[in-house]
Amino acid sequence: MTGATSKGPRWALWLPLIVFAAFVVLVLFGLFRPADREVQSAMIGKPLPEFALEPAVAERPGLSSADFRGEGPRLLNVFASWCIPCRIEAPQLDALSKAGVEIHGVAIRDTREDVEDFLSQYGNPFARIGKDDLSEVQLGIGSSGVPETFVVDANGIIRYQHIGVIRAEDMDLIMAELRKAGA
Amino acid sequence: MIAEFGLAALWLAAALAALQLLAGSLSLTRGGEGFAAIVRPAAVVQGLLALVSFFALMVLFLRTDLSVQLVAMNSHSAKPFVFKLAGTWGNHEGSMLLWVMVMGLAGSLIALIERRLPERTMLATLAGQAFVSLGFYAFLLFSSNPFERLDPAPPQGAGLNPLLQDIGLAFHPPTLYLGYVGLSVAFSFAIGALITREVGPAFARAMRPWVLGAWVFLTVGITAGSYWAYYELGWGGWWFWDPVENASLMPWLAATALLHSASVLASRNALRAWTVMLGVVAFSMSMVGTFLVRSGILTSVHAFAVDPERGTFILVLLAINIGGALTLFGLRAATVTEGKRFALVSREGALVFNNVMLSAILGIVLFGTLYPLVTEAFDTRVSVGPPYFNPVSAIFFVPMLLVLMVGPLLRWRRDNLSRLRRRLVVPGLLLLAAVAALLAIGGIGVLPFIGLALAVALAAASLLPLRGRNLRRTPIATWGMVAAHFGIAVALFGAASESAFTKETLVAARVGDVTQVGPWQVRLDAIEPVAGPNWTAMRAGLSVRYGEGAVRQLKPQARSFWSPPQQTAESALLTRWNGQLYAVLGEEGEDGRWQLRLWWKPFVTLIWIGGLLIGLGGVLAIVAHVANDVRRSVAREKIADRRMRQGR
Repeated sequence: MTGATSKGPRWALWLPLIVFAAFVVLVLFGLFRPADREVQSAMIGKPLPEFALEPAVAERPGLSSADFRGEGPRLLNVFASWCIPCRIEAPQLDALSKAGVEIHGVAIRDTREDVEDFLSQYGNPFARIGKDDLSEVQLGIGSSGVPETFVVDANGIIRYQHIGVIRAEDMDLIMAELRKAGA
Repeated sequence: MIAEFGLAALWLAAALAALQLLAGSLSLTRGGEGFAAIVRPAAVVQGLLALVSFFALMVLFLRTDLSVQLVAMNSHSAKPFVFKLAGTWGNHEGSMLLWVMVMGLAGSLIALIERRLPERTMLATLAGQAFVSLGFYAFLLFSSNPFERLDPAPPQGAGLNPLLQDIGLAFHPPTLYLGYVGLSVAFSFAIGALITREVGPAFARAMRPWVLGAWVFLTVGITAGSYWAYYELGWGGWWFWDPVENASLMPWLAATALLHSASVLASRNALRAWTVMLGVVAFSMSMVGTFLVRSGILTSVHAFAVDPERGTFILVLLAINIGGALTLFGLRAATVTEGKRFALVSREGALVFNNVMLSAILGIVLFGTLYPLVTEAFDTRVSVGPPYFNPVSAIFFVPMLLVLMVGPLLRWRRDNLSRLRRRLVVPGLLLLAAVAALLAIGGIGVLPFIGLALAVALAAASLLPLRGRNLRRTPIATWGMVAAHFGIAVALFGAASESAFTKETLVAARVGDVTQVGPWQVRLDAIEPVAGPNWTAMRAGLSVRYGEGAVRQLKPQARSFWSPPQQTAESALLTRWNGQLYAVLGEEGEDGRWQLRLWWKPFVTLIWIGGLLIGLGGVLAIVAHVANDVRRSVAREKIADRRMRQGR
């Protein structure tokens, strides 16, 4: 031992190991977590908050909470052009829209060109698309990531929240939730 | 037969790694010095056996031996030769075999040529290398045997993912692997030095060519991968902050920090503990990256090997290797003395700043990559993208570039900034001119604006170390540094220009329609079917014209592979000195019109040219260091020779 050195506290030398240990714990959790995707949202059974968003693209109108009243249910899809999982979800949304489901989109922190791009490449299943640059609406409806999809009934009440990509195998689930909400 | 032969070679290599570890460890104990003689030969033979095993697998792929499960699942007799070859490593098992092969060969090479370090440190290093290899051998043999037979053999193979049937991609993963695994040498050197407490300039000099070599491969691999994603995915982007891309970026960031801190240690004998830690971290990042990709724990566009069981196996390996190394670091680093001191304004000071910024960016990328996993723990699925990565990493990247302009001009130990004032006039003026020009153009986002202005100034500043020198006598190492730093400016300019000035359109066109994108006129001449060895396609014939220039042809395809069945868009590119025209053919609409996406991307090619320049800088640095080492050892021999004669 050459005595104490002046390089700062000794515990700092253990910092890399602590960070790594946290990583291992996190990853173990991820690996062994039961594949349970059903998450109860705090917003289920509550009405959509009041909002009015500017249109995100030229060819679709903007979106406000009033658009969810009457003759429902509808889907509210939170997406972004920069979100790679959203590309994987696009065919399922397309299929839902072709099946006659009205889908409204909220584009998170995006630019018009990017959204137009995204829609032209992966299809545009949306009737209306609101532009949510500050994630106001996203946070208001209890969503913290993209993509997420909400089933909203004819009275503007949130009935179901789907977190993450709608995969092909989730289609039955979504259709069932839509039926439950009064389709 | 060949499969059994390859498997036998693999088992033997593993056994030799065990021997190398055992003999290396024993030779460090009192009374065990006799075992030292075994260590180097064991390392050499182990590497050769791993190479033999890899060749055996390659032969199996070239012959399309369908009685081997891996070949049946990943190849097809109708595949072109080069893709059969690439099939060897285009899958999980083969790529892991490539990994241990490269690691074994690297061990062989240091065992053969590295004589500068104290022998005890060398033995500890080789034992460390064997320890890490042994884990990967176990992984291959117990959980991912590439030579597994299939009985009965199927009549035909399943093919290779068509996205991977691309010449660029065929050689992209091996390039990255050479980089990842090259860093394992730095890791082993760090372990060896920690065990024997011999951290000094000799350690840094021994490690540096390996770090540089690995870093060059990573640089070229990342550059090539980015270009691959750009033209093959047909999305027009060149960097997606996808977990797989981040997995290669993180070791690169750590290696970049490491080679700068190693140069401080080699020249000034400072930053000892920090350099050792980076040596551990760089390879740890390679392993973490590989783990994240292989375990399928993060969703990724690239995921081609998703398997939680294997993920667990690699995680255990990681925990043992990285956890062990970092524990050793925690125990020993306090006894590694600090080294020489230096002032804040000095070459060392600038390099420390560079290291801190690089580490911060590394932390940001790691955090962003893992964040979806963190939120998942709280039952929320998110996707983190450019809105996070771009601005947050810029916070650290921009100051780093500013320091990069002055750092190479500073003297070691202590310097005065006022001395440099006059030399920085030109970059300063260029910065102002660039800002003025960009303001005049207008409509440019904040980050591209900063990027363009800084790129111009940095390009000029990076050349300053050459000013006032006789260019022929300038050391190669200086040229290397200038090339790499200039390359950063070039790549930054390309990236910023791409995001500031790209023009694009999407049209539904009939044959005969003309569209405009930026300065280009594009006419759809024809749509025709074409066929390749294992695909058919619809090909668009486009006549394109830049301004009033000559008419040129461009032929993007919408391609369908049949084994396995999959659609891909083969983009077509036209490169000019000032940018690229990028065309993608989409689907045919119900009304008979074809979707056509066109981009005009000014100066986009500079991104990859810059990347290659950075790599070239690394190559020059290696040449310089190796030449130096050779010169030194020749001089040493001469001195020894003279002494011998004088003695007589």
